[in-house]
Amino acid sequence: MNKQDKNYSDNSTPKYSQWKAMLAISRASLRSITRSPSAVIFILVFPLVFIVVFGFVGSNTIKLDVGINSKSDTSGFVFKSFSEVQNIHLVVDKTDREMMDLLKKGRMDAILFIHEGKSESGKETVEIITSKASREKGAFAISVLSNIIDKKNLDYYSHLQKRYPESFKDVLSDGEIPAELKDTKVEGREYKMIDFILPGQLGFSILSAGVFGTAFVFFSLRQTLVLKRFFATPIKRTYIVLGEALSRVVFQLAGALVIIVLGKYVFGFTLINGFVTVINLLLLSALGLIVFMGFGFVVSGLAPNESVIPPIANIVTLPQFLLSGTFFPVDAFPDWLQVVSKVLPLTYLNDALRKVAFEGAGMIDISHELSIIFIWGLIVYAAAVKFFRWE
Amino acid sequence: MQTPKAIIEVKNLVKVYNELIAVQGISFEVYEGEIFGLLGPNGAGKTTTLEIIETLRTQTSGEVLVEGFSVRTHAGEIKKRIGVQLQAAGYYPNLTLAELLKLFAGLYNVRIDVNHMLQRVGLADRSKAKYKILSGGQKQRFSICTTLINKPKIVFLDEPTTGLDPQARRNLWELIREIRAQGTTVVITTHYMDEAEYLCDRVAIVEKGKIISLDTPEKLIDNLIESGFNKPKEVKRANLEDVFLSLTGKEWRDE
Repeated sequence: MNKQDKNYSDNSTPKYSQWKAMLAISRASLRSITRSPSAVIFILVFPLVFIVVFGFVGSNTIKLDVGINSKSDTSGFVFKSFSEVQNIHLVVDKTDREMMDLLKKGRMDAILFIHEGKSESGKETVEIITSKASREKGAFAISVLSNIIDKKNLDYYSHLQKRYPESFKDVLSDGEIPAELKDTKVEGREYKMIDFILPGQLGFSILSAGVFGTAFVFFSLRQTLVLKRFFATPIKRTYIVLGEALSRVVFQLAGALVIIVLGKYVFGFTLINGFVTVINLLLLSALGLIVFMGFGFVVSGLAPNESVIPPIANIVTLPQFLLSGTFFPVDAFPDWLQVVSKVLPLTYLNDALRKVAFEGAGMIDISHELSIIFIWGLIVYAAAVKFFRWE
Repeated sequence: MQTPKAIIEVKNLVKVYNELIAVQGISFEVYEGEIFGLLGPNGAGKTTTLEIIETLRTQTSGEVLVEGFSVRTHAGEIKKRIGVQLQAAGYYPNLTLAELLKLFAGLYNVRIDVNHMLQRVGLADRSKAKYKILSGGQKQRFSICTTLINKPKIVFLDEPTTGLDPQARRNLWELIREIRAQGTTVVITTHYMDEAEYLCDRVAIVEKGKIISLDTPEKLIDNLIESGFNKPKEVKRANLEDVFLSLTGKEWRDE
């Protein structure tokens, strides 16, 4: 006991540090999180599964299936030009009836019927059939076809012009054609599916971890009197919350890093400025998590018992899951729904993440998104202060 | 006997919850180095009184001094000097006993020898176990272990033996006596009079938010006998608990 008494006086001399106590909570909480299956599933497994599924299923470029009617002339320039267009797959091994059937189901995008060049001028006539079932790709096929035909016609006229300059003299001056397409390709970045889906998954993982994680943990720490036992030690309440928040941010960022690195090396996720982009993504993730944890504090305060937490938390997360551009671009929604999307904080986090990763946007470039996330933070934490219960 | 020094002073303590008056003007002192018991039925105000002294609740009126510090103005100083065991408290999930002790060491800003701490409460071999798999007696001993981390001047134990079997209960009594033997003041609440009689130097009997009696157990018993009280049934020299313990052994065992 003498030895202990000595220790006691040694220990009590230094000033009590709230930070040390806070770090003790962070350390304990981090250990606890890594051992909790649900946290690992929410933060790592779910996003990765979605990324893998969409990474493989979703393709980054448009691919068209174009059927060729069996009576078509495949010797002319139309067929040749079409077969040279990238991303168009010409289907020749199906009967006309089968092709029509596929077209109606939207599994084929257009059917071409190339009539032989019977007429005296050797003119080829092409019929194209498209369907409402594949409206956009059908339109694309039409535009490809009309490009091919226009080009051929232009070539033909300029050929005529050169050969019979006299006949064209009145119409056009030498070597002049009415319009010409100059097709210049700019070196650009390929926007891949992973560039859309990965930031969305990151955003959603941050949202669900922030809301569910915080709500459950603080509810149960309160119910099991763990918090009360902490109150009997010299740590201040604020530092308990800070300690918990710190461990969650650390774990979330570790998860985000794994997702980003896997995305980069397995799916070719674009990190435009490399390491700087990764840091910016992590900073955004931390900001997002802190704001979303505010929702978790509100939920843990409002829930009268544990079984009410999931429904309340889902009210917060589900609309954002669907409407904030996690899986589908916000632009794809009708206008009235976009109004809702444009209120939700996750929309702005997702946008910001995408701009940072793909466009190399800096924090100033995304100040609009940041300010809206920040306003949400203010609203949510004002509510958290009102609703959060310590005991 | 030298004049005892008061380590806790409670003066006219009142606590009102909404409508209910839980504590109505309680005053008492706890002396340094004693085991002090707060006895009384459920809802008598024992836990409320304890939690005000522990700085976990604020009083409606009255004054409480712990080692001369007021609970109103120096809660932080008091927390550094006391150890608190809560009724039915849980511990941080998914952590082992050793990790939990390190957590509390951090919360108190002290360095501890985890194995030595666990040894003191007979849990040295459970350092890698999770709290939730411990038996009732082990849980209480671990709980008491966490109150000793900051080498407190006073430990508060709120119904530490409720729900334990007779062996575990006696084992805990010995642990509490050891803690006192090392110079720590102990404040304990209990429903069990045999426990109070065995452990406590002095007891306060609380009823409906008031102290109705305060003295050493012997003195209280003597007073009652002096007033002409007689047990209706003659007391045998052993009771059923003695029978149980002599049959099953006094050794405390791990379930």
